[in-house]
Amino acid sequence: MSGDSRYLGLLYLSPYILGLLVFTTVPFVISLYLSFTDYNLMSAPIFTGLDNYIRLFTADRTFRKSLWVTLLYVFTTVPLKLAFALFVAVILNSKLKFINVFRTAFYVPSILGGSIAIAVLWRYMFADVGLVNMGLGMIGLEPVNWFGDPVNALFTITLLRLWQFGSAMVIFLAALQSIDKSLYEAAAIDGAGKWKSFVHITLPLITVIFFNLIMQMVQAFQEFNGPYIITQGGPLKATYLLPIYIYDEAFKRFDMGYASAIAWVLFVIIMALTLIAFWSSRHWVYYAGDKRS
Amino acid sequence: MTEHALASLSAELDDVSLARSRDLRRQRITTVIRYTVLTLVGLIMIYPLVWLIGASFKTNSEIFANPGFWPQNPTIDGYIKGWKTSTPYSFGTFFLNTLWIVLPKMIGTAISCTAVAYGFARFEFPFKKLLFATLIATLLLPNVVTRIPQYLLFRDLGWLDTFLPLWVPSALAGDAFFVFMLVQFLRAIPRDMEEAARVDGANTWQVLVFIIIPLLMPALISVCLFQFMWTMNDFLGPLIYISSVEKFPVSLALKLSIDTTEAFEWNRVLAMSVLALTPALAVFFLAQKYFIDGISAGGIKG
Repeated sequence: MSGDSRYLGLLYLSPYILGLLVFTTVPFVISLYLSFTDYNLMSAPIFTGLDNYIRLFTADRTFRKSLWVTLLYVFTTVPLKLAFALFVAVILNSKLKFINVFRTAFYVPSILGGSIAIAVLWRYMFADVGLVNMGLGMIGLEPVNWFGDPVNALFTITLLRLWQFGSAMVIFLAALQSIDKSLYEAAAIDGAGKWKSFVHITLPLITVIFFNLIMQMVQAFQEFNGPYIITQGGPLKATYLLPIYIYDEAFKRFDMGYASAIAWVLFVIIMALTLIAFWSSRHWVYYAGDKRS
Repeated sequence: MTEHALASLSAELDDVSLARSRDLRRQRITTVIRYTVLTLVGLIMIYPLVWLIGASFKTNSEIFANPGFWPQNPTIDGYIKGWKTSTPYSFGTFFLNTLWIVLPKMIGTAISCTAVAYGFARFEFPFKKLLFATLIATLLLPNVVTRIPQYLLFRDLGWLDTFLPLWVPSALAGDAFFVFMLVQFLRAIPRDMEEAARVDGANTWQVLVFIIIPLLMPALISVCLFQFMWTMNDFLGPLIYISSVEKFPVSLALKLSIDTTEAFEWNRVLAMSVLALTPALAVFFLAQKYFIDGISAGGIKG
């Protein structure tokens, strides 16, 4: 607004700028520094150069296992969750009665899913004599050893995430409903089948898929509550995701330097994937009003 | 002649009506399939919650024997004994602690994020683009990388085992997602009223309080509700910063109760889980519209 000082806006931003410096920027830099030190809280950090990273990549078997499990978890969970969310959103995107009832039922789990109470429920449901195995018994199937088997244990954590597909679905549904219906009519006149018009109109328009992909990935890499409560990282470290390893190193063994180094490896992986996603999006994301089509 | 024309016309009509009824039938079949899939998915989604409520009224032996909802010998034993806990404190204390974490955090978030979003949406100033870019960067920045130095900072400030580490970052607009969401809302609001008020001599602060905030109310409610939910669910924050049991929020207390001997007393743990989920569920059903609107408009997290 004219007449005001050009710094007036900064006054309104002052809480944000203060918080950004104190709680984000400075910690970010310190964390990088700590990753090159040996620091156990008792004495001042000792600079050790690349020692932490060398130990991580050459000597640390737990890290290798944890990294592998984390990647496996993220690259199965995120695509499954988004595909399922999109599938349900497409089904919901038509003139159905009770659409709001369904939307609510699907959304409730994503409101509650991150809570400890749900993790407790999961831990019970997949126990040897828990709800899931009772259900399998009722339809004549053998009970499954969910927490004793490495692959199954990781799968229970994945299922907890899948169960929370509702928020992604709500976003997809909103995007689908905002698509110009005339595009479908034009496609129908041109003789495009349903599948074709889905692939060529619906999919390219959902730029939100791409944004969701990044956000879900960033979150999945930081999954903590599920494996911490449900499987406690076991069996045989099969669900020992990197955030739990970082937590144990930092707040149980108080090895702050080493924990920072693991955190930085995780950070670099997330950033690299985010950048790849952004870069590749130029080739496949369609922005409405864009000249490309 | 006419008969022939009529016959061909009626044949054509038959064709059309045949095609139409085939279309209708196909439509009806896909509708049935849609409803079936949706109902099935809905049941699978909701049954664990429904079952949890039933199980909290069951005895310990029945929990591991009855996959149905209805308890055979309903008991509120789990609630009574679970509420008392094995610590000197009851879940009453833990719920109050949670409330005492959530409320200041919610209020601080609402005030700081409104001011910052107003600054971004309505003013021009040096480094605006850069600062807005940091907002997006913060949104994508994994917390895991700043957590350890933050802990060291709070330790040096003497804030460990207090609620300050949970309150203060939010009170300084630390949740970039909310700022982003409010900026989006503000950009969609026309500026006519603000400009008229400025002509009449109001300053920017008065414009914010008397014009912007009333218009932003629905969005602000969304912000408060999301912050309420996320803080209720937060586990890692309290786990790192809160160490004395008397200050535990519900999330830590639940973890404690599965760690202690009560691990074998499943009905207590499940009963307390039901109570822990109740506030979030109640708020969600009372204010559903704000959640769906918020998530579709700001459209990212969850």
